[in-house]
Amino acid sequence: MIEMLEKGPRLAKAQNAEVGASKFCPGCGHGMILKTLAQTIDELELNDKAVFGCDIGCSLLSWNYMNVDTVQTHHGRTTPVIYGVTRANPDLVGIAYMGDGGGLAIGSQHLVNAAVRSENLLIIVANNTNYGMTGGQMSPTTMPGQKTETTPYGRDCDVTGRPAKGAEMVASIADPEKSFVARASVSNLRKLKATFKKALKNVDMGGFSFVEVLSVCPLNWRTNNVQTWDRLKTMEEFFEVKDFVQREGLE
Amino acid sequence: MARTRIVLAGEGGQGVQSIAKILVEAGYEAGKEILYIPNFGVEQRGGVSIAFCQIADEKIGEPRFSKGDIVIMLSDRAIDRCCTYVNENSTVIYDSSVCSKKPECKAKNIISVEANKIANEQLSARVFNIIVLGVLLSATNVLKLSDIKNAMEMALGKKFDAKPELRDLNYKALEMGMGLIEKAGV
Amino acid sequence: MVKKLITQDTRMFLTGNEVIAYAANAAEAEFMYGYPITPQNEIMHTWCKLLPKTEAGFLQTEDEISAGFSTIGGILAGKRAFTATAGPGNVIMQDAQSMAEMMRIPFVCAVMQRGGPSTATVIYAQQETRLTCFGGNGEGFRIVYSTAGHQDLYDYMIKAFNTAWKYRFPTFMLADGYQGKMREPVTLYDPASRGIKMVPVEATLGGANGSRPVNHVRNTFNLEEELMEVLDKYQEEFDRISPEIEEYLEYKADDAEVLIIAHGIVARSAMTAVDELRAKGIKAGLFRPITLRPLAVKPLRAAVARAKQVLFTESANGQLAQMVLEKIYGLQTPYSTLFKMGVGVTGDDIVQKVESMVKEPATV
Repeated sequence: MIEMLEKGPRLAKAQNAEVGASKFCPGCGHGMILKTLAQTIDELELNDKAVFGCDIGCSLLSWNYMNVDTVQTHHGRTTPVIYGVTRANPDLVGIAYMGDGGGLAIGSQHLVNAAVRSENLLIIVANNTNYGMTGGQMSPTTMPGQKTETTPYGRDCDVTGRPAKGAEMVASIADPEKSFVARASVSNLRKLKATFKKALKNVDMGGFSFVEVLSVCPLNWRTNNVQTWDRLKTMEEFFEVKDFVQREGLE
Repeated sequence: MARTRIVLAGEGGQGVQSIAKILVEAGYEAGKEILYIPNFGVEQRGGVSIAFCQIADEKIGEPRFSKGDIVIMLSDRAIDRCCTYVNENSTVIYDSSVCSKKPECKAKNIISVEANKIANEQLSARVFNIIVLGVLLSATNVLKLSDIKNAMEMALGKKFDAKPELRDLNYKALEMGMGLIEKAGV
Repeated sequence: MVKKLITQDTRMFLTGNEVIAYAANAAEAEFMYGYPITPQNEIMHTWCKLLPKTEAGFLQTEDEISAGFSTIGGILAGKRAFTATAGPGNVIMQDAQSMAEMMRIPFVCAVMQRGGPSTATVIYAQQETRLTCFGGNGEGFRIVYSTAGHQDLYDYMIKAFNTAWKYRFPTFMLADGYQGKMREPVTLYDPASRGIKMVPVEATLGGANGSRPVNHVRNTFNLEEELMEVLDKYQEEFDRISPEIEEYLEYKADDAEVLIIAHGIVARSAMTAVDELRAKGIKAGLFRPITLRPLAVKPLRAAVARAKQVLFTESANGQLAQMVLEKIYGLQTPYSTLFKMGVGVTGDDIVQKVESMVKEPATV
């Protein structure tokens, strides 16, 4: 224990040591996703090439989380800012980080068109099935029957439609020769890192990558550890965790 | 300050903007000050097409003017749209072989030509607008025939080279158009 | 590095939209992001047609929201990038423009005004004056040049890049559909031949390779006071640099009894009117603000104070007049108005109005 404290926590180089403890709520999935992303950037030695953009919503709290050049944008607009960057400087590896609201609601036209045009960036959608920062409203991915502030009696799919499946949608329009499209989960960070690795390699090769990460929001879900884990497992049954599109030659 | 304000109006597809472009290009090459606004409503296809052209010796101020010195109307709808650009100093020219009515507006003079009929009967329907260009050249009397011919070569030279008989046809149309105004004695 | 097309003075007969594309190239702009909307399309068309010669870049985005934000991305990556829009496109681009305002991004945009509100006409108006100066959820930390013809379009498009990169406030060239679509002669030149040096660009995102600390740029603040501290600084800086930026043009305004205040293309009609009125013995003159943000307040107040009457005329319902009236508060000169919403103002319109003002002076 003493030895560990002396060594300090092992932070990835791509993670900003000055920020200290995570600014996210206890039990939040964002810290896990970002830490895994930072480790992946280190392992692929993309530290000098990576440019990180974050959205509005809880993802904006990551504006100084990474130790790479970062821009915090407007709600839904991280995708166009980052493909604007990589169009101007194709040597960079652009990462656009957002939640399910930013990716699949207010920014969905950018996601669709970036996928169709095979824009050179990695879009990460952290899917925690609600709008966290604004207090837990229904989002495009809110599960059937899930209680949120705007569906206090549970999501009624007859009224609100069915949950959006981001990875499936992107997979159906992405160019299989230039794209990597996957869904991962914070329940298995080793697997998440393997997914990020393929996604970032593909971007470094000039391609388009999309990774939806199933995440957790215990605060707004009002769940304890066990319930949170169970909810995540239920999500994994509804949202299939797998690689949907993988260009040839990508490992 | 010598300034000629021209309104040229017809149906989309009659080639109104094409001849306006030749006219202003000729003016520019002749060293005149030029200002040309193609009217471009939402009705970009199939609506009334209007060209506002100014040719002057000195720098032009207003881009859009209230009344034209020459107002050419090539369809009934063009008549309806363009009487607003006419006053007692305007010369109105309309094509009576296209229009079913006469412009009812107070003008210096109102001249009818039959460019469409002549094109169809004596030349080719395709050079209708070039006859009108000839009419315009005579009516404005600020540019020389050689200026217009040079501008036509710039716009249509490739087509002319591929089919030399087109050049003769277009020049003939231009001269016949000029003759229509000379006959009217403006 | 892009290849410049204009290396010596060249007289050309162009549409305004073509002029803007040439000007951007002359200013060494490297990238355009855009979305189709009339009447600015030919800026993109010309830019794209010239790409093999200029070796610049272009991206057609999915809407004006993304055109604005990807322009910001390009600028942050260190390119002299720009965009152009109009009407409803200008409305939805406010999202990106307000971010540029907050983050002091040297955003350059040509606005070719069309009729409003809503879809209205694709032709012409001066109804985006207020939007371009004060759009977004902010305070209007923007620099806006209002042009009156093709030479202006060329001169001020070049200037817009330098103003934006020097002062780091979003900079707009406010023109209109007439200027975009009309053709008139213009002299294109290499800015260097006029002693104009392009302000160097630099990257905020990427390309550092450890040569500087990592940049974290944001537009969100936690506390009210934190925000106000930043904005107070912006205001102080905006006020301080304003005298360097302000531009205006007076035409026979020295002894004018009726002073016409107009901007953009309407000011050109006013010049025609001033000449006609003077020929009739009426002492008319023109004050034309060239920068609408910031306004050249001192000379404006002096000109208004000298005149017996003022006439505001616009192709809008007094959007400039509102901005001017606030700045001439306290002066007693009465004024009258000639506003044609979304319609061109001709010299004749102004002549008639001024004649009626001479017969029956304004009392407001």
